[in-house]
Amino acid sequence: MPLYYDDDQAMLAETAQQFMAEEGAIAKQLRHWRDRDCKDGFGHGLWKQFAEMGFTGMLVDEDDGGLGMGHVEAGIVLENIGRNLTPSPFLSSSVLAATALKHGSDDVRGRWLPGLIEGEKVYSVAIDEGAKHRPETIACKAEKSGNGFRLSGKKDFVVYGASSEMIVVAARTSGSDSDSDGITLFAVPRDADGMAHDSVRLVDSSMASHVTFDGVELDGDAVIGEVDGGREVLNAMLMAGRVGASSEGVGVAQGAMDMTVDYLKQRKQFGKLIGEFQALQHRAAHLYSEVEIARAVTIKAAQLLDGGSEKADLMASVAKAKVAKAAGLAVKEGVQMHGGIGMTDEYDIGLYMKRDRALQEFLGDQYYHAGRVAEMSGY
Amino acid sequence: MSDLESFRAETREWLEANCPPEMRKPVRDEADVYWGGRNATFKNDAQKAWFEVCRDKGYTVPEWPKEYGGAGLTPAEGKVLRQEMARIGARPPLSSFGIWMLGPALLHFGTEGQKKRFLSEIAAGEIRWCQGYSEPGSGSDLVSMQTFGEDKGDHWVVNGQKIWTSYADEADWIFCLVRTDKQNKYQGITFMLFDMAGSGVSTKPIKLISGNSPFCETFFDDVEVPKSYGEDCPGYVGEINRGWDVAKYLLGHEREMISGAGGGDRTAAIGAALKRNAGEIDPVLRAELAQFDVDALAYSAMGEKFLDELKVGKAHPAQPNMMKYAGTELNKRRHELMMAAGGSRALEWESEETGGGKGARNWLRTKANSIEGGTSEVMLNVISKRILDLPGA
Repeated sequence: MPLYYDDDQAMLAETAQQFMAEEGAIAKQLRHWRDRDCKDGFGHGLWKQFAEMGFTGMLVDEDDGGLGMGHVEAGIVLENIGRNLTPSPFLSSSVLAATALKHGSDDVRGRWLPGLIEGEKVYSVAIDEGAKHRPETIACKAEKSGNGFRLSGKKDFVVYGASSEMIVVAARTSGSDSDSDGITLFAVPRDADGMAHDSVRLVDSSMASHVTFDGVELDGDAVIGEVDGGREVLNAMLMAGRVGASSEGVGVAQGAMDMTVDYLKQRKQFGKLIGEFQALQHRAAHLYSEVEIARAVTIKAAQLLDGGSEKADLMASVAKAKVAKAAGLAVKEGVQMHGGIGMTDEYDIGLYMKRDRALQEFLGDQYYHAGRVAEMSGY
Repeated sequence: MSDLESFRAETREWLEANCPPEMRKPVRDEADVYWGGRNATFKNDAQKAWFEVCRDKGYTVPEWPKEYGGAGLTPAEGKVLRQEMARIGARPPLSSFGIWMLGPALLHFGTEGQKKRFLSEIAAGEIRWCQGYSEPGSGSDLVSMQTFGEDKGDHWVVNGQKIWTSYADEADWIFCLVRTDKQNKYQGITFMLFDMAGSGVSTKPIKLISGNSPFCETFFDDVEVPKSYGEDCPGYVGEINRGWDVAKYLLGHEREMISGAGGGDRTAAIGAALKRNAGEIDPVLRAELAQFDVDALAYSAMGEKFLDELKVGKAHPAQPNMMKYAGTELNKRRHELMMAAGGSRALEWESEETGGGKGARNWLRTKANSIEGGTSEVMLNVISKRILDLPGA
């Protein structure tokens, strides 16, 4: 498969780019909701529009009413989300939760997928326990209780958790905290007794919850996939989410770079456009090179994932780490090259920096993923 | 079976029957490479047999037309042949700047007469060429070169000096940029072809920090260069005073070649291999290796994307500059890390265990990667100008 978009994907890219530049623009979404102190952190109206565009259920199988598309396509939407800093539950709901639900029974899929596809509902995932992403260790417990389970523990960084109709929770049903096996995934509905959200606004104006489960009673229908066999589903979710976050990161990097290169062509100092200075030209050219490479490896990882390749896991980590490096560089160079106005809230470049920081942490930062690359390579 | 599949089967069979086992071992040193030319000698019978059987089949230059000594393979067939040769580790039967550089220039700009004569000589390994571009005062600013050819009617008299001429001391002919109009910077250079055995040409090898001497200084002292070597066979490529067009084409071709090289992701990552050789590695070095492997594996995806886009004309025309920049900088980092992991053993300059200091010499050699064929800084200038469209770049 050639490593560029085929005709259908190119068409989707054009549609998504146009749609997001109009409807998902920074002034219309991110600043709009932030300046109104919106407790959701995103617009439900736009989520409805996502559904009309077919985005919300794009990864869902056609038999379940979705579009049956792949991660290259989801990546196209995410890159445009990143470019416009569009606050959206797309990554959590349509990529992560949707990937988990793929492994659910007919009942589970029938219960949750239609609401997602129609853009009526937003879902979230609860994986992290602590400030850093360490999914190898899961301590949150679900003990057998009658015909169901009793869930206790605490989860962090549950993005848009308080706005979610359902949260996919990774919990331990057997073994000890660091065992690979013994994990089960649960679809926990919003109204579950004993679930409490401590919802916080993050640096990028998105909302995330610390969620506490205090003996939450779940019936057997809440299980996604096999009891004790959740690691496989969790890994599938993580791969999809990491490739998705990488795509969004490529968009953030591209958006920050475009803004900065434009600025270099407008701002004058010492009687010259600052883009004429070689000190800045070389840094911009180096940045271009990094962003191009980050995009290539992200599309590669998405293709491998869609093809069911064994190498997808490795390349998902390579992509997440590489994008983190490139996007981190893009936002830092962006603020520096904008000079003083780069520090003002009025200019958007700082918003890119904030979004990048949050995205870096989501599903593992560059250090975590570089470490994973080393481990998977055997050193 | 599709045509391509049957071609693959035939090729596999042909290679099995014709490629001697000795020619399926990795190239160890210079003597393992056959460069051809008037004074060429074969290292052994296997090298000779492999070269001759390839030459007769047109496989020294498989994608060149048959009438010029090639096999007339389509690009897809050429790729299959390369894949099948790589599969058994077959060495190239013939290496030369004639194949890599002059050939593509002649195929693009040459006359029929030039193609018939020069391409056939290259394909048959009869003439070994070298490239006369850089001068002591003209490195990155190549167009400022001053080697001058005075017009004497049916010939030029050339005086001046070239530098970094690869293997000039062993080459038979040179393709050389010569100024033929001092008033016109870009449109005053002619791309000449001439015999190094002629009077007035001398060469002096340059010893590099690696201890090797792959490059020479080349001096021209009243060298007579004919304007014609016979009917339809001019002594220059393209037009007189328009040699810069040919040079630019070749530089682009060279950067494309450099960026298309590299072994793919099988060889991109180095952490695992270094750990195997070095045993325990320092945790901070391990972290550096992991960061390198991330960059190397990502770059290998970029290489794949670039080549795929190149094939269908989707690549930005200046993208080879980005590939060259990123790829050569990465290669320098690779060898720094290999030296660090190798410790004091990697310092050995002459020991048998290190194959005569191979690692150390390669490490030093890579420092030229970001200088030759356009420095990293020039690549960044080109990206600024042609891709980012920055003012005054």
